Amino acid sequence: MIDLWFVIIAFLWTGYFVLEGFDFGVGLLAPLVSRSPAERRQSLQTIGPVWDGNEVWLITAVGAMFAAFPAWYAGVFSSFYLPVALVLVGLIVRGVGLEWRGKVADPRWCDAGIVAGSAIPAFLWGAIFAGLLYDGLPAALLGGAFTLAVCVLHGAVFLALKTTGPVRRRARVAALAAAGVALPVAVAALSALGSIPALAATAALAAATALIWRRREGWAFAATAGAVVLTALSVFMELRLRPLPGLTLAEAASGPYTLTMLSWIGLIALPFVLAYQGWTYWVFRRRVAVAH
Amino acid sequence: MDALDLARWQFGVTTVYHFLFVPLTIGLGIFVAGLQTAWHRTGKAHYLKLTKFFGKLFLINFAMGVVTGIVQEFQFGMNWSEYSTFVGDVFGAPLALEALLAFFMESTFLGLWIFGWERLPKRVHLACIWAAAIGSNVSAYFILAANAWMKHPVGYEVVDGKARMTDLWAVLTNSTALAQVPHVIGAAFVVAGGFVLAVSGYWLLRTRAPMWRSAARAALVMTAIAGAVVAGTGDHSARLMYEQQPMKLASAEGLEHDTAGAAFSVVPGLEIPRLLSFLSTHEPDAVVQGTEDLQSRFEQQFGPGDYRPDQQVVFWSFRVMIVFGLATVGLSLLGLWLTRRRRDFPRWLSRAMLLALPLPLLAVTAGWLLSEVGRQPWTVAGELLTASSVSPGVSLAAVATTLTVFTLLYGSLAVTEVVLLARHVRKGVEERAPEPAAERLEPSLMY
Repeated sequence: MIDLWFVIIAFLWTGYFVLEGFDFGVGLLAPLVSRSPAERRQSLQTIGPVWDGNEVWLITAVGAMFAAFPAWYAGVFSSFYLPVALVLVGLIVRGVGLEWRGKVADPRWCDAGIVAGSAIPAFLWGAIFAGLLYDGLPAALLGGAFTLAVCVLHGAVFLALKTTGPVRRRARVAALAAAGVALPVAVAALSALGSIPALAATAALAAATALIWRRREGWAFAATAGAVVLTALSVFMELRLRPLPGLTLAEAASGPYTLTMLSWIGLIALPFVLAYQGWTYWVFRRRVAVAH
Repeated sequence: MDALDLARWQFGVTTVYHFLFVPLTIGLGIFVAGLQTAWHRTGKAHYLKLTKFFGKLFLINFAMGVVTGIVQEFQFGMNWSEYSTFVGDVFGAPLALEALLAFFMESTFLGLWIFGWERLPKRVHLACIWAAAIGSNVSAYFILAANAWMKHPVGYEVVDGKARMTDLWAVLTNSTALAQVPHVIGAAFVVAGGFVLAVSGYWLLRTRAPMWRSAARAALVMTAIAGAVVAGTGDHSARLMYEQQPMKLASAEGLEHDTAGAAFSVVPGLEIPRLLSFLSTHEPDAVVQGTEDLQSRFEQQFGPGDYRPDQQVVFWSFRVMIVFGLATVGLSLLGLWLTRRRRDFPRWLSRAMLLALPLPLLAVTAGWLLSEVGRQPWTVAGELLTASSVSPGVSLAAVATTLTVFTLLYGSLAVTEVVLLARHVRKGVEERAPEPAAERLEPSLMY
């Protein structure tokens, strides 16, 4: 039961990084790939209908940690206090920026909030998870650089997949540039993990680079998503043995009654959530063009 | 001043602030869904205009409810790690269920609603706003079940210094939660009704367009019904408080000693005989426990310590809640009477309706202060003291930093939100027919 809940939490975090990963990338890149206000709207509209639902993966992952492994939840967030607080600040300014930019007279402040609010969490989540696995600032910085670069690449590929016209062309160039940074950083970061999924993640990033070069945007997106999944997998394989220094999963876990009850409810509800979120992506499956 | 005090201030500031936006989300979502349903049923254009108008105000506010809510979920782990470790087995469950069963639904369907006007069949699009609005209300239920457990813990046992859940059903049907849920959701509808009243009042002073009368009439009905629910459940809550949280009740009334046939103190010096006993038990001669006598009993039970919450805050927040809450409901009843059978809104009534925005917000804020300051010195009544709940490893400087950052950020966002809302209220409804989809579409090669 403890293992099942660890898998569920790993799944929720992985879903969060796959989905919000491209939200962060799009938020960061929107000013770079757009030359006009209309193109900016076009870029951000690729994530408009989905980013809020994507963020709920984080809320659910954290809620599940609280319920299933209270001591882990409490330990992680109290020991990474300031980075977590900064993540929250980032998520706040990004969220209001995205919701308000269409309703203000001058959206420049909103755009600044979206860029900062995408960059800060994209970097800090990597730094926090690296900090859970390794001691020392260099490891945290490398982890942060890795997630930031991968989010930019993932977002660039998503933008190329979801837009038409000049933005699509520029997004491809941005993806290639991001891959040029992400690949060496990934080699450095993932070789430290050394596991098979970590190596496969590096390979997936290389494949994504080749695919976006050949303009196979759909497959390239599958490859960057795969890289995020494989990285999360290798990180959680390590965390399973040592979720926090001096703490084991068994010590951190809630009682069997709570875990059993939550399992039933979770396993019934989760397919519905996946179904209607999947449906959202189906409804908005078309590319977004510039509106004049 | 130590880390505990600042952590408490941070929780108070962020929670009170969060709950300025949440009631509007809860109540206005349903109101907008109702307007869109009216448009769907009747096909009258003014319902569509009102749907879009209030929908926009709803969305400006919704963003703030979401982003301030994220802070709440992390804050337990950050500032209150001892609390989180102690209660997670019980308290974490409703939080996880809230995210899984409510937040996903709310956020996903709201995204579909915002961007789906031209893309979804009308019926499906209407269902989306209902799903989002119901999601908000379901989330309120789960978080209130968690909150009620802190004041009246049920369905658990303490094993090895941690609470272990033994009965999820008992937690979810806690009598305290069942009283609190309709009370708080009702209050949210009073806030939302008051908001619509204020906006409609503003427009009734400027135009004779009949749509503002229908918006105002609908809001009067909503506020009056919700107000009745709040008053009824408030009475029920008082009786539960008598049984479950006597110290809070005594503090709210400034009653120092156990008293039979206790009087209700309206303000210090003005008392109504026997009313407190009657309100607490529906028996005019019942004994109501007083703070000093409870204090000595608690000392015997739990050891030395001060078990009284801040008397001034609890006493006065109780009165602010009642007065401002009743004033709003009274205004709505008066409005209903004055505008019966399609009578015009008198100008002074439209002006008075502007007050329906601040009054219920002050009432709900006072209500939460009563509820949560009145719970002190406990985080989990009888089980865990607030002083023992705080994160031991988090320094005073760290809490001071985040408290400052959040307060400044929240302050500037509040100003922006008010400016944005005011601008869109002043702009009024879009008189032209809504334009077709803003973006052209072409098929994606692959998705």
